[in-house]
Amino acid sequence: MSDERKLAIICSKGSLDMAYPGLILANAARMMGIEADIFFTFWGMDIITKDKVDHLKVVPVGNPAMHMPQFIGGLPGMTDMATSMMKKEIEKLDVPPVGEFLQMVHDAGCGLYACKMASEMMHLKREDLVDEVDAILGAMEFLEKAEGAQLLFI
Amino acid sequence: MTTKELNVTLDAEGFMTDPKQWTPEIAEVMAAEEGIAPLGERRWLVINWVRAEAAKTGEFPSLRGISKNSGVETKELYELFPKGPAKKIARCAGYGKPKGCI
Repeated sequence: MSDERKLAIICSKGSLDMAYPGLILANAARMMGIEADIFFTFWGMDIITKDKVDHLKVVPVGNPAMHMPQFIGGLPGMTDMATSMMKKEIEKLDVPPVGEFLQMVHDAGCGLYACKMASEMMHLKREDLVDEVDAILGAMEFLEKAEGAQLLFI
Repeated sequence: MTTKELNVTLDAEGFMTDPKQWTPEIAEVMAAEEGIAPLGERRWLVINWVRAEAAKTGEFPSLRGISKNSGVETKELYELFPKGPAKKIARCAGYGKPKGCI
Protein backbone atom coordinates (compact mmCIF):
# COMPACT_ATOMS: atom_id res chain seq x y z
CA MET A 1 0.00 0.00 0.00
CA SER A 2 1.23 3.46 -0.81
CA ASP A 3 3.08 5.11 2.03
CA GLU A 4 1.78 8.58 1.27
CA ARG A 5 -1.93 7.85 1.32
CA LYS A 6 -3.72 9.66 4.11
CA LEU A 7 -7.36 10.03 5.17
CA ALA A 8 -8.88 12.92 7.14
CA ILE A 9 -12.45 12.54 8.33
CA ILE A 10 -14.65 15.29 9.73
CA CYS A 11 -17.47 13.95 11.91
CA SER A 12 -20.12 16.65 12.29
CA LYS A 13 -23.13 14.56 13.32
CA GLY A 14 -23.79 13.00 16.70
CA SER A 15 -26.36 10.30 16.05
CA LEU A 16 -25.41 6.64 16.40
CA ASP A 17 -25.87 5.98 12.68
CA MET A 18 -23.60 8.90 11.79
CA ALA A 19 -20.90 7.93 14.30
CA TYR A 20 -20.14 4.53 12.80
CA PRO A 21 -19.27 5.36 9.17
CA GLY A 22 -16.37 7.61 10.16
CA LEU A 23 -15.05 5.17 12.75
CA ILE A 24 -15.30 2.19 10.42
CA LEU A 25 -13.54 4.01 7.57
CA ALA A 26 -10.80 5.32 9.85
CA ASN A 27 -10.25 1.85 11.26
CA ALA A 28 -10.25 0.27 7.79
CA ALA A 29 -7.67 2.83 6.70
CA ARG A 30 -5.41 1.98 9.62
CA MET A 31 -5.81 -1.75 9.01
CA MET A 32 -4.38 -1.28 5.52
CA GLY A 33 -1.61 1.05 6.60
CA ILE A 34 -3.20 4.35 5.58
CA GLU A 35 -2.74 7.27 7.97
CA ALA A 36 -6.04 8.48 9.46
CA ASP A 37 -7.24 11.41 11.55
CA ILE A 38 -10.75 12.28 12.69
CA PHE A 39 -11.88 15.83 13.52
CA PHE A 40 -15.06 16.03 15.59
CA THR A 41 -17.11 19.19 15.28
CA PHE A 42 -20.62 20.47 16.02
CA TRP A 43 -22.96 17.57 16.87
CA GLY A 44 -20.09 15.19 16.24
CA MET A 45 -18.73 16.36 19.61
CA ASP A 46 -21.28 14.02 21.25
CA ILE A 47 -19.26 11.07 19.95
CA ILE A 48 -16.25 12.06 22.06
CA THR A 49 -18.07 13.59 25.05
CA LYS A 50 -17.75 11.35 28.11
CA ASP A 51 -21.36 11.56 29.27
CA LYS A 52 -22.81 11.24 25.74
CA VAL A 53 -20.68 8.62 23.99
CA ASP A 54 -22.60 5.65 25.40
CA HIS A 55 -25.98 7.27 24.79
CA LEU A 56 -25.94 8.11 21.08
CA LYS A 57 -29.28 7.49 19.39
CA VAL A 58 -30.81 6.58 16.07
CA VAL A 59 -33.66 9.01 15.42
CA PRO A 60 -36.44 7.69 13.14
CA VAL A 61 -38.08 11.11 12.59
CA GLY A 62 -36.84 12.73 9.41
CA ASN A 63 -35.10 9.56 8.31
CA PRO A 64 -36.71 8.18 5.14
CA ALA A 65 -34.59 5.01 5.39
CA MET A 66 -36.78 3.90 8.31
CA HIS A 67 -39.64 3.35 5.85
CA MET A 68 -42.37 4.30 8.26
CA PRO A 69 -44.81 7.22 8.42
CA GLN A 70 -43.21 10.22 10.14
CA PHE A 71 -45.85 10.40 12.86
CA ILE A 72 -45.06 6.83 13.96
CA GLY A 73 -41.36 7.66 14.24
CA GLY A 74 -42.36 10.52 16.52
CA LEU A 75 -44.30 8.38 18.97
CA PRO A 76 -42.80 8.06 22.47
CA GLY A 77 -40.25 5.26 22.72
CA MET A 78 -39.61 4.94 18.98
CA THR A 79 -36.14 6.49 19.17
CA ASP A 80 -35.11 4.12 21.95
CA MET A 81 -36.51 1.18 20.04
CA ALA A 82 -34.67 2.07 16.84
CA THR A 83 -31.50 2.65 18.85
CA SER A 84 -31.57 -0.66 20.65
CA MET A 85 -32.37 -2.50 17.41
CA MET A 86 -29.38 -0.96 15.66
CA LYS A 87 -27.07 -1.63 18.62
CA LYS A 88 -28.07 -5.31 18.53
CA GLU A 89 -27.42 -5.62 14.80
CA ILE A 90 -24.07 -3.86 15.12
CA GLU A 91 -23.03 -6.20 17.90
CA LYS A 92 -23.90 -9.21 15.73
CA LEU A 93 -21.39 -7.95 13.16
CA ASP A 94 -18.65 -7.96 15.82
CA VAL A 95 -18.46 -4.15 15.63
CA PRO A 96 -17.76 -2.63 19.06
CA PRO A 97 -19.88 0.02 20.81
CA VAL A 98 -18.76 3.60 20.03
CA GLY A 99 -16.73 4.09 23.23
CA GLU A 100 -14.74 0.92 22.69
CA PHE A 101 -14.42 1.73 18.98
CA LEU A 102 -12.76 5.07 19.79
CA GLN A 103 -10.23 3.25 21.93
CA MET A 104 -9.62 0.70 19.18
CA VAL A 105 -9.01 3.24 16.39
CA HIS A 106 -6.83 5.27 18.73
CA ASP A 107 -4.75 2.20 19.63
CA ALA A 108 -4.53 1.57 15.89
CA GLY A 109 -2.86 4.94 15.49
CA CYS A 110 -5.76 7.10 14.29
CA GLY A 111 -5.58 10.68 15.57
CA LEU A 112 -8.73 11.97 17.32
CA TYR A 113 -9.22 15.73 17.47
CA ALA A 114 -11.94 17.93 18.93
CA CYS A 115 -12.95 21.20 17.30
CA LYS A 116 -11.95 24.20 19.37
CA MET A 117 -14.89 26.34 18.36
CA ALA A 118 -17.46 23.58 18.95
CA SER A 119 -15.88 22.83 22.36
CA GLU A 120 -16.25 26.48 23.35
CA MET A 121 -19.77 26.71 21.97
CA MET A 122 -20.85 23.65 23.95
CA HIS A 123 -18.81 24.63 27.03
CA LEU A 124 -16.80 21.41 26.87
CA LYS A 125 -13.37 21.22 28.46
CA ARG A 126 -10.64 18.65 27.87
CA GLU A 127 -11.78 16.68 30.94
CA ASP A 128 -15.32 16.42 29.52
CA LEU A 129 -13.95 14.55 26.50
CA VAL A 130 -12.95 10.89 26.33
CA ASP A 131 -9.31 10.14 27.16
CA GLU A 132 -8.48 9.07 23.60
CA VAL A 133 -8.86 12.63 22.24
CA ASP A 134 -5.34 13.74 21.25
CA ALA A 135 -5.96 17.48 21.23
CA ILE A 136 -8.47 20.28 20.82
CA LEU A 137 -7.64 22.01 17.54
CA GLY A 138 -8.79 25.03 15.59
CA ALA A 139 -10.04 24.48 12.04
CA MET A 140 -6.83 25.85 10.56
CA GLU A 141 -4.68 23.57 12.70
CA PHE A 142 -6.68 20.56 11.58
CA LEU A 143 -6.40 21.56 7.93
CA GLU A 144 -2.65 21.85 8.36
CA LYS A 145 -2.60 18.34 9.78
CA ALA A 146 -4.75 17.12 6.90
CA GLU A 147 -2.42 18.48 4.24
CA GLY A 148 -2.33 16.09 1.31
CA ALA A 149 -5.03 13.85 2.80
CA GLN A 150 -8.22 12.66 1.19
CA LEU A 151 -10.90 14.53 3.07
CA LEU A 152 -14.27 13.13 4.06
CA PHE A 153 -17.10 15.12 5.63
CA ILE A 154 -19.74 13.16 7.50
CA MET B 1 14.34 -17.28 -0.84
CA THR B 2 11.40 -15.31 -2.21
CA THR B 3 7.71 -16.17 -2.20
CA LYS B 4 7.88 -16.81 -5.96
CA GLU B 5 10.37 -19.62 -5.35
CA LEU B 6 8.06 -21.32 -2.85
CA ASN B 7 6.12 -24.19 -4.28
CA VAL B 8 2.71 -22.67 -3.55
CA THR B 9 0.06 -20.85 -5.57
CA LEU B 10 -0.21 -17.13 -4.91
CA ASP B 11 -2.71 -14.59 -6.21
CA ALA B 12 -1.68 -11.40 -7.99
CA GLU B 13 -1.15 -9.62 -4.66
CA GLY B 14 1.00 -12.36 -3.16
CA PHE B 15 -1.60 -13.99 -0.92
CA MET B 16 -1.79 -17.77 -0.78
CA THR B 17 -4.84 -19.22 -2.44
CA ASP B 18 -4.82 -22.49 -0.49
CA PRO B 19 -4.12 -22.26 3.27
CA LYS B 20 -3.52 -26.02 3.35
CA GLN B 21 -0.25 -25.55 1.47
CA TRP B 22 1.09 -23.41 4.32
CA THR B 23 4.22 -24.34 6.27
CA PRO B 24 6.05 -22.39 9.00
CA GLU B 25 8.90 -21.75 6.53
CA ILE B 26 6.44 -19.97 4.22
CA ALA B 27 5.49 -17.65 7.09
CA GLU B 28 9.14 -16.62 7.50
CA VAL B 29 9.55 -16.01 3.76
CA MET B 30 6.38 -13.89 3.68
CA ALA B 31 7.61 -12.01 6.77
CA ALA B 32 10.91 -11.25 5.07
CA GLU B 33 9.03 -9.83 2.10
CA GLU B 34 6.86 -7.73 4.42
CA GLY B 35 9.94 -6.46 6.22
CA ILE B 36 9.09 -8.05 9.57
CA ALA B 37 11.48 -11.05 9.67
CA PRO B 38 12.39 -12.86 11.82
CA LEU B 39 8.89 -13.43 13.15
CA GLY B 40 9.76 -14.06 16.81
CA GLU B 41 7.58 -15.32 19.63
CA ARG B 42 4.85 -12.63 19.68
CA ARG B 43 4.19 -12.72 15.93
CA TRP B 44 4.10 -16.51 16.04
CA LEU B 45 1.56 -16.32 18.82
CA VAL B 46 -0.68 -14.25 16.52
CA ILE B 47 -0.12 -16.45 13.46
CA ASN B 48 -0.74 -19.68 15.34
CA TRP B 49 -3.87 -18.29 16.97
CA VAL B 50 -5.19 -17.01 13.63
CA ARG B 51 -4.58 -20.35 11.92
CA ALA B 52 -6.26 -22.29 14.72
CA GLU B 53 -9.22 -19.90 14.72
CA ALA B 54 -9.61 -19.97 10.93
CA ALA B 55 -9.45 -23.78 10.93
CA LYS B 56 -12.13 -23.87 13.62
CA THR B 57 -14.56 -21.35 12.12
CA GLY B 58 -13.72 -21.70 8.42
CA GLU B 59 -13.24 -17.94 8.20
CA PHE B 60 -10.25 -15.68 8.60
CA PRO B 61 -10.81 -13.77 11.87
CA SER B 62 -11.32 -10.00 11.99
CA LEU B 63 -8.53 -7.83 13.36
CA ARG B 64 -10.82 -7.02 16.26
CA GLY B 65 -11.28 -10.73 16.89
CA ILE B 66 -7.51 -11.18 16.88
CA SER B 67 -6.92 -8.28 19.28
CA LYS B 68 -9.67 -9.49 21.62
CA ASN B 69 -8.82 -13.17 21.76
CA SER B 70 -5.27 -13.93 20.69
CA GLY B 71 -3.59 -12.38 23.72
CA VAL B 72 -2.03 -9.61 21.62
CA GLU B 73 -3.90 -6.30 21.80
CA THR B 74 -4.49 -3.68 19.09
CA LYS B 75 -1.53 -1.43 19.91
CA GLU B 76 0.94 -4.29 19.92
CA LEU B 77 -0.57 -5.76 16.73
CA TYR B 78 0.19 -2.50 14.95
CA GLU B 79 3.73 -2.55 16.34
CA LEU B 80 4.34 -6.17 15.35
CA PHE B 81 2.77 -5.80 11.90
CA PRO B 82 3.21 -2.11 11.02
CA LYS B 83 1.55 -0.48 7.98
CA GLY B 84 -1.35 -2.81 7.42
CA PRO B 85 -1.60 -5.51 10.10
CA ALA B 86 -4.63 -7.25 8.54
CA LYS B 87 -2.83 -7.89 5.27
CA LYS B 88 0.51 -8.85 6.83
CA ILE B 89 -1.04 -11.30 9.26
CA ALA B 90 -3.08 -12.92 6.47
CA ARG B 91 -0.03 -13.31 4.24
CA CYS B 92 2.15 -14.82 6.97
CA ALA B 93 -0.65 -17.15 8.06
CA GLY B 94 -1.19 -18.38 4.50
CA TYR B 95 -4.64 -16.92 3.94
CA GLY B 96 -6.15 -14.75 1.20
CA LYS B 97 -6.58 -11.00 1.43
CA PRO B 98 -8.92 -10.22 4.36
CA LYS B 99 -12.23 -8.75 3.25
CA GLY B 100 -13.81 -7.83 6.60
CA CYS B 101 -14.45 -4.22 7.58
CA ILE B 102 -13.38 -4.52 11.17
